[in-house]
Amino acid sequence: MLRTENITYSIGRKKILKGITAEFESGKLHMILGPNGSGKSTFLKIFSGELKGYTGKVTYQQQDIKELNIEALAKRRSVMSQQTELGFPLTVEEVVMMGRYPHFVFNPTKKDVEICRQVIDLLSLSSFTSRNYLTLSGGEKQRVQFARVLAQIWVQNNNETRFLFLDEPLNSLDINYQQEFLQVLRKFGKDDVTMIAVIHDINLATQYADNLLFFKEGSLVKQGAPKEIISSGLLSDVFQVQSTIIDNPVTKQPLVIFSSQ
Amino acid sequence: MFRNNKYFLPVLIALLVIVLLCAIGFGAVPITLTDIISAVQHYISGQPAANIHEAVFWELRLPRVLLCAITGAILAVSGVLMQGLFRNPIVEPGLVGTSAGAAFGASIVFVMGTGIGVAFKSATGPFLVPVFAFAGGMLATYAVYALAKNAKRVSTLSLLLIGIAINAIGLSGTGFMSYLARDPQARSITFWSLGTFSGASWSQVFIVGSIAAIIFAIALSYAKQLNALLLGEEEATYLGVDPKRLQQKILVINTAMVSVATAFVGVISFMGLIVPHILRLLIGSDNKKLLPASMISGAMLLTLADMMARLLLAPAEIPIGIITSLVGAPIFIILLKKFNSIQQGGNSA
Repeated sequence: MLRTENITYSIGRKKILKGITAEFESGKLHMILGPNGSGKSTFLKIFSGELKGYTGKVTYQQQDIKELNIEALAKRRSVMSQQTELGFPLTVEEVVMMGRYPHFVFNPTKKDVEICRQVIDLLSLSSFTSRNYLTLSGGEKQRVQFARVLAQIWVQNNNETRFLFLDEPLNSLDINYQQEFLQVLRKFGKDDVTMIAVIHDINLATQYADNLLFFKEGSLVKQGAPKEIISSGLLSDVFQVQSTIIDNPVTKQPLVIFSSQ
Repeated sequence: MFRNNKYFLPVLIALLVIVLLCAIGFGAVPITLTDIISAVQHYISGQPAANIHEAVFWELRLPRVLLCAITGAILAVSGVLMQGLFRNPIVEPGLVGTSAGAAFGASIVFVMGTGIGVAFKSATGPFLVPVFAFAGGMLATYAVYALAKNAKRVSTLSLLLIGIAINAIGLSGTGFMSYLARDPQARSITFWSLGTFSGASWSQVFIVGSIAAIIFAIALSYAKQLNALLLGEEEATYLGVDPKRLQQKILVINTAMVSVATAFVGVISFMGLIVPHILRLLIGSDNKKLLPASMISGAMLLTLADMMARLLLAPAEIPIGIITSLVGAPIFIILLKKFNSIQQGGNSA
């Protein structure tokens, strides 16, 4: 389980986050939604241990992350950023293997190689393992980066909980791969994995997430299971949009239809 | 292309040995394989060199070829390190001020050596030149790095432009030192700006060689971290690498080896650009493979260039920097155009 207690963060005088307290249970897929600039990505960077200088406390299984050094963090949590700038020729296989870097010293072990193979198979990347990463399309790059972050926490070490954080992971994926991506995520979500994703598509979120968190102007407005919290009042408050909510006949989850007015 | 070819490195090593033998062999006094063997036998049995060929081999040719090979390896490895550090394939020690700063530092000792030597003698002794070169190289590199870095990113354009400015300061400093020098033995501005291996000696081989050996080992141990840094600073952090600390360490070891080599042979440009560029086309960017391959290829190419420098206008000698720049500058232009098209979102190949 991941907990944040009263996280506050400012840049200059501007308060980006205003006291966020939240709990993320293990084994569940949590999705954070909110308008641009509402502090979602900053929040993710804080609980993933990248951004310092906040007040409040982040704990992984009751342990303050300030007590974990970056090597220890890298062994149990992986992060997929919005964009990765890689300007050098590396093969798909080499990029995926980077996910195993925290686990070996100089040369990958048999286990690392095996894990990479499994992840590559799972994401149907086998046909282009030796392709140059720079020649891939945006969506293909995205899938390779996803493979890399999955490889990083593919197996559990010392019975520690694992954490997977994704910042707008669906951005350059087509509809087919968006679905595949989220299904892989659901399959990967075991009891000892806490998954948190920042996402924009509310209907994908209601379809796949166990728990939703709505951010607005640096505050956590509401959280809970999609069925329990989605309402047109909430969406109008958070996003300033008009909407109608119906039951999705297939998934039985709420389906949001936005109206122009 | 040869990415997973296990013969790639052995073939490179074999080529290097051939090039070294050729470089030893060709010259005003030719040296054959039999000369080399008998020279080594005489050395082992404690006898003096039997003839002029053996003497030339020990005193001139071998130290020169070795110093050249080691320097080539240093410059190529430095190119790989700096390109990884700045995440930019068009950076090398000659462009970001390291070499010019080191040359300035070293030239100060050559011109005002006696005065400084008295003050520091006990502490530094024969290491006076390398120490000053390191100070100059460090100062210049750090200045370029600090000035080019605005907010979070190091922009290529400002890096190159500030590099030009700092290089100009370093070069005018060395120029001024050469001008001040009354001693006809003092090194000329040509020496500093274009480099030469004509003054190679065994003590230089030992100093540069031992530093290179230590630093290559350290650099190789950081190969994995350098790879992670290619993904960006944030990504590297998520993979357990502290980018700030890695950058500081790499900057120091890289400057140390380049400065020491520059102190003895002058500024040799573009080696750090040519070698990694060719190798990336052949074996990709994995630093675990790229670093050793650069070491060997750098040694080989600079030895070849020095051979050309000695032989093209024999008995006169061309400064080696003329040859490396002639080959390197076009490659630099190609890289620059390619890099710009990537940055503008064009498709890269």
